[in-house]
Amino acid sequence: MVNRIDQKFNELASDGRKGLFPFLVAGQPDLKTTQELIKCLETLGVSGIELGFPFTDPVADGPVIQNAFTQALAQGSSVSGIMRAIGEIRSQVSIPIIAMVSASIVYRVGVDSFLEQAARAGFDGFIIPDLSLEEAPVIAEKVKKLDLRLILLVSPTSPEDRQELIARTATGFIYYMSIAGITGEREKLPEELPGNVKRLKALSGIPVLVGFGIKSPEQVRQVCRVADGAIVGSAIVRRIAESIEQGADRDQTLVWVEDYVRELMTGIVRS
Amino acid sequence: MNMPKNMEASQMPNEHGRFGPFGGQFVPETLMATLKQLEVEYAAAKNDREFHRQLDWYLKYYSGRPTSLYFARNLTQRLGGAKIYIKREDLGHTGSHKINNALGQILLAVRMGKKRVIAETGAGQHGVATATAAAAFGLQCEVYMGTEDIRRQELNVYRMKLLGAKVIGVDSGQKTLKDAINEAMRDWLGSVQTTHYVFGTVGGPHPFPMIVRDFQSVIGREIRSQMMEFEGRLPDVCIACVGGGSNAAGMFYDFISDAGVQLVGVEAGGYGIHTPMHSASISCGSPGVLHGTYTYVLQDQDGQTANVHSIAAGLDYPGVGPEHSSWYESKRVDYTAVTDDEAIDAFKLLSQTEGLIPALESSHAVAYAVKLAPKLGKDKLMVINLSGRGDKDCMEVARLEQLRQEKKEQRG
Repeated sequence: MVNRIDQKFNELASDGRKGLFPFLVAGQPDLKTTQELIKCLETLGVSGIELGFPFTDPVADGPVIQNAFTQALAQGSSVSGIMRAIGEIRSQVSIPIIAMVSASIVYRVGVDSFLEQAARAGFDGFIIPDLSLEEAPVIAEKVKKLDLRLILLVSPTSPEDRQELIARTATGFIYYMSIAGITGEREKLPEELPGNVKRLKALSGIPVLVGFGIKSPEQVRQVCRVADGAIVGSAIVRRIAESIEQGADRDQTLVWVEDYVRELMTGIVRS
Repeated sequence: MNMPKNMEASQMPNEHGRFGPFGGQFVPETLMATLKQLEVEYAAAKNDREFHRQLDWYLKYYSGRPTSLYFARNLTQRLGGAKIYIKREDLGHTGSHKINNALGQILLAVRMGKKRVIAETGAGQHGVATATAAAAFGLQCEVYMGTEDIRRQELNVYRMKLLGAKVIGVDSGQKTLKDAINEAMRDWLGSVQTTHYVFGTVGGPHPFPMIVRDFQSVIGREIRSQMMEFEGRLPDVCIACVGGGSNAAGMFYDFISDAGVQLVGVEAGGYGIHTPMHSASISCGSPGVLHGTYTYVLQDQDGQTANVHSIAAGLDYPGVGPEHSSWYESKRVDYTAVTDDEAIDAFKLLSQTEGLIPALESSHAVAYAVKLAPKLGKDKLMVINLSGRGDKDCMEVARLEQLRQEKKEQRG
């Protein structure tokens, strides 16, 4: 079986399209809602889901995702619960699902055990935001054996020779962070972004997605002019948090998120 | 700065920042270029005579080193066993060992051309030391501190402000040291090109555990030469408190290859290590990743950081420096824990027997010495690292005493 991430990028490339990859917090506000959100986002045509495992100390995240993590943990979102939730819906969903998970969780559960559980549940790849290139080789090797993908991140602060090394170790795609900083919506993306992404694309043999700060269809369009797609996280997580705060039920939350993601999808351009 | 003479140990960590299996660099990519730069600059500074000359000058004339090694005659008599010496890090400028590292890292920041520094602080001692060194070198300084720690270490908050630093309260999690480190890391992710993060303990990503240890290792080197001068031989046992573990690493490092010197790290046992209310990461934890390093941590089965407790804000942390984990596994250093109550008793005992008010952190080391000294013969030499002075803790201890008194009266 071809890995779903590779398959999706092949599809996008042959159609001349770019991808939108929404980020969700597993268990915000509960795992049932997360399952429903994934299914409904697929019908809207998103290219994949980045699913965040809640963590007590997410140093690369701004307050929106941090609060959603805290809330999900308080609701009892656990590693085994998330694995079960994805396992349950995997046969109904064909887009790739990528685990965004802290090294703290992976190492505590045990690298082998965590990766195997994730493979069995039906995850297609991993983003471990606090796993540096220096620490990556051991995990990259194990991920490869399971025929899954290890996505590595590149920052505006990464020197070019380092970007090359990252591109050589990463599989699936490269996650380019639009800004040096933490996750969270930004009014304006940096002016040097297109140039930086073009340079990265030139030295990478795999697709490049851009995340951090993206919140509007215009920004998605801007990013998709140079990259293979956009990742939108905090803007979606914030909407879910707001709908919960306003006492919305699950269906209302789904509609709210759907409306927003449909709007974002208008930013997806043909190349 | 005379670098450690012990070559075998000073080669550690390896090029990946590993002390055995512990250490490493578990941080977002955004920080990696700067950590590399720090590693390169530090290696250059280590070989630069001018850097050593400057640091030594500041340690001597600004901070007042060497700190004395004081023979605690009264405490020795009171406990009736080992001959007890106290390493007086409380006499260093700003009142704790934290100034040793802060001066070293501020000099590195200046070398790297960084005009702004940030720091985390628990008890406020590292925050004060960083704010002090930043003031002396004209750097902008911002300190992250949990709001619970701001409450219980009020004096140090005022000192930092007076020194021109901005103190940023952190309201997430348990509002203590761990949460302050999270926020400082978040700041650094966005400011890394202009800002140096003066990490306060021997934890965090490589090269911090090595750099902080080296800057603190002056403590152990001085103990060695002072002991040789006073007693003509090395001590039998050295005791230090361990939160993140910087004063302990600084005390132990020079003695690592002296097998005859027993080294004891004392963790914060809180309400007791059989309860969940403690921060004894080595005594009760297991290996995992926290704040950029693989080390002993207090986590649940999913890797979520556990809630921790200590009466001493500087020990109230769910992890420990990776080199301590390595010393623990190789059995070179013994780790134990004492409770909040034992620390408070020691706080009072040292104040009353020797006229030295120890920081609540250092009181943990004193409390273990109280247990151990009577069991040792009078010919044994013991050194306690008095890592800081306790003025900052007086109000909080008074408050706790009053609470205790009120509870007693209610019961009675």
